[in-house]
Amino acid sequence: MSGSGQPLRILIAKPGLDGHDRGAKVIARGLRDAGMEVIYSGLRQTAPMIVNAAIQEDVQAVGLSVLSGAHMRYFHEVLHGLRERGAADILLFGGGIVPDEDARTLQEQGVGRIFTPGASMDEVVAYIRDSVADRP
Amino acid sequence: MNSKQRWLAEDYRAAKARMPERDYPFRTLSDIPVDPVYTADDLEGFDAAAQLGMPGQYPFTRGVHASMYRSKLWTMRMFAGLGTAEQTNTRFRRLLEAGQTGLSTAFDLPTLMGYDSDHPLSLGEVGRCGVAISSLADMEVLFGGIDPETVTTSMTINSPANAIWAMYLVMAEKRGARLERLGGTIQNDILKEFIAQKEYIFPPRPSVDLVIDTFEWGPRNVPRWNFVSVSGYHIREAGSNAVQELAFTLADGIHYVRRALERGLDIDEFAPRISFFFNAHNDFFEEIAKLRAARRIWARQMRDVFGAKDPRSWMMRTHVQTAGVSLTAQQPLLNVARVAIQALGGVLAGTNSLHTDAYDEALALPTEESAMLALRTQQVIAYETGVASTADPLAGSWFVESLTNEMERQCLGYFERIDALGGVEAAIDAGFFAREIGDVSYAYQREVDAGERVIVGVNRFTSDFPEVPVQEIDPAVEQTQAERLSRVRAERDPAAAAAALDGLKQAAKDGVNTMPAFMEAARAWCTLGEQMDALREVYGVYEEPVLL
Repeated sequence: MSGSGQPLRILIAKPGLDGHDRGAKVIARGLRDAGMEVIYSGLRQTAPMIVNAAIQEDVQAVGLSVLSGAHMRYFHEVLHGLRERGAADILLFGGGIVPDEDARTLQEQGVGRIFTPGASMDEVVAYIRDSVADRP
Repeated sequence: MNSKQRWLAEDYRAAKARMPERDYPFRTLSDIPVDPVYTADDLEGFDAAAQLGMPGQYPFTRGVHASMYRSKLWTMRMFAGLGTAEQTNTRFRRLLEAGQTGLSTAFDLPTLMGYDSDHPLSLGEVGRCGVAISSLADMEVLFGGIDPETVTTSMTINSPANAIWAMYLVMAEKRGARLERLGGTIQNDILKEFIAQKEYIFPPRPSVDLVIDTFEWGPRNVPRWNFVSVSGYHIREAGSNAVQELAFTLADGIHYVRRALERGLDIDEFAPRISFFFNAHNDFFEEIAKLRAARRIWARQMRDVFGAKDPRSWMMRTHVQTAGVSLTAQQPLLNVARVAIQALGGVLAGTNSLHTDAYDEALALPTEESAMLALRTQQVIAYETGVASTADPLAGSWFVESLTNEMERQCLGYFERIDALGGVEAAIDAGFFAREIGDVSYAYQREVDAGERVIVGVNRFTSDFPEVPVQEIDPAVEQTQAERLSRVRAERDPAAAAAALDGLKQAAKDGVNTMPAFMEAARAWCTLGEQMDALREVYGVYEEPVLL
């Protein structure tokens, strides 16, 4: 629960051409079971589509799942898209096949945590609860 | 009560009372219960001649060749592809120098989705998860210095498979190779894309038509080529269990056979060149049972249900890859052990070809060092352990035979459910596979999160670990590709290219075999994106319903 007592609203999105959706779907179901309202984008979304959906659906966090190596491009585009639309308060986090160094670079730029293969659902749930609660 | 039941009720119960069982799920990853022991009682009525036969004999439970690895080891075929055609060509040559015996090509996502490297949707994805191939020019660089008549090449390409295959064949032809001497494999399994990997372009019906074009054209023109590799690998990677992997893959294979027969093709003309591709995951004996069951079910279907006469039509030849989905980013060096054990399972199961994953694949594409270590792992199994000396060494194990029988039984149960839905294409439309796989994959994650299933280094025995070096992709890849594409478009005969694209569209509209038109398009230097766009116009594109 967020401060207002409403369930957290989260968008889980698959940007780009990558079709590997096991992780995204497992996380989406896990967050839902943890009491959050989850919107799953489906495959092959562009960054503008994801930014639009995040704003229209009034979510507190967006999770991007990228296993294709194209993570730098999509995290940048979504991060900047959210800022341009005055939605920088939405937490952007993610998961996939992402080298540590890239994850660090993204975090320095304002992206939240990047979960890699082997991450547990409980970790993700706790992270979102803590991070969203801390945000203005 | 038989002797096993008596032992369980008396001796085992007493032993358990003294020392309780460990807190461990004594079930396979497919949820098949595993007994404390197996005996002859578990195989009552078992007819070894009918269920197993001999190696190289129907129903091929024990392997498709009589002499198995005593004559020829499995093909060590490492899946590789990164960045530009030049970069991948270098990796290919290093692997061949290191003793690899076949090539296997990983393409990048734009190629897999039928976009040229300079398409806006390709930005940031070019060369990232494989090599970028947009035209014959890239294909010529990719195989530079490699003789297509002596090295067999596998290409993991699906929706654009016809076009990529044609580019390869034209490349080989231009270098003086004869098509009838070329060997290799195109994955070309579109059904599992709809079920699992999701790299589809067109709707299911015309997509399968394109596959069947290769069933018809392949045996008559490139007779040594496996024009399809029916793949359970990706179904498993998408989160299915072993039984689902087995059942959905064979159901796909059977679906292609039915569609080929509907077209009037002769089963014994195409069936010998259908090949298969499975996953080797962590549950050691279950994985071995899966492959043994797969060969038996396929042989029975082909001979007894479809009436194939040629024994080669009954044989299921397999490629196996260790389970990428089982690799962890935590303590990545642990993956070396996982891969070795999974690979051993694949060999004990009698695979014909094997890829071993590199330990760093949960982080990035493999480095040259990690790919080499993975290849060396196969060489240790082949040359140091003695497991390749005798065929199907686990045959007759009460446990392995019971598990093989059980997997066969559950697989046939799935066949009935899929048929009841109206077959594979109808089951895709109904979201059947997505639901089945999603439920199992979610349940598995819950077991891991609850600590019921232990993953070493993830939910037990965790510790800090040093970072490992990761493969970087040359950022110039997009530039190199864009320049080569511009050159191709500028230097080709524009009228010939336009005519070839028209020919391709016409073939698709008329419902005639498209392969000759794809060959013409490759010769006329049409790009991959142009060819796929032509077909997008005719067939439309597919979007899956969003299901959680």
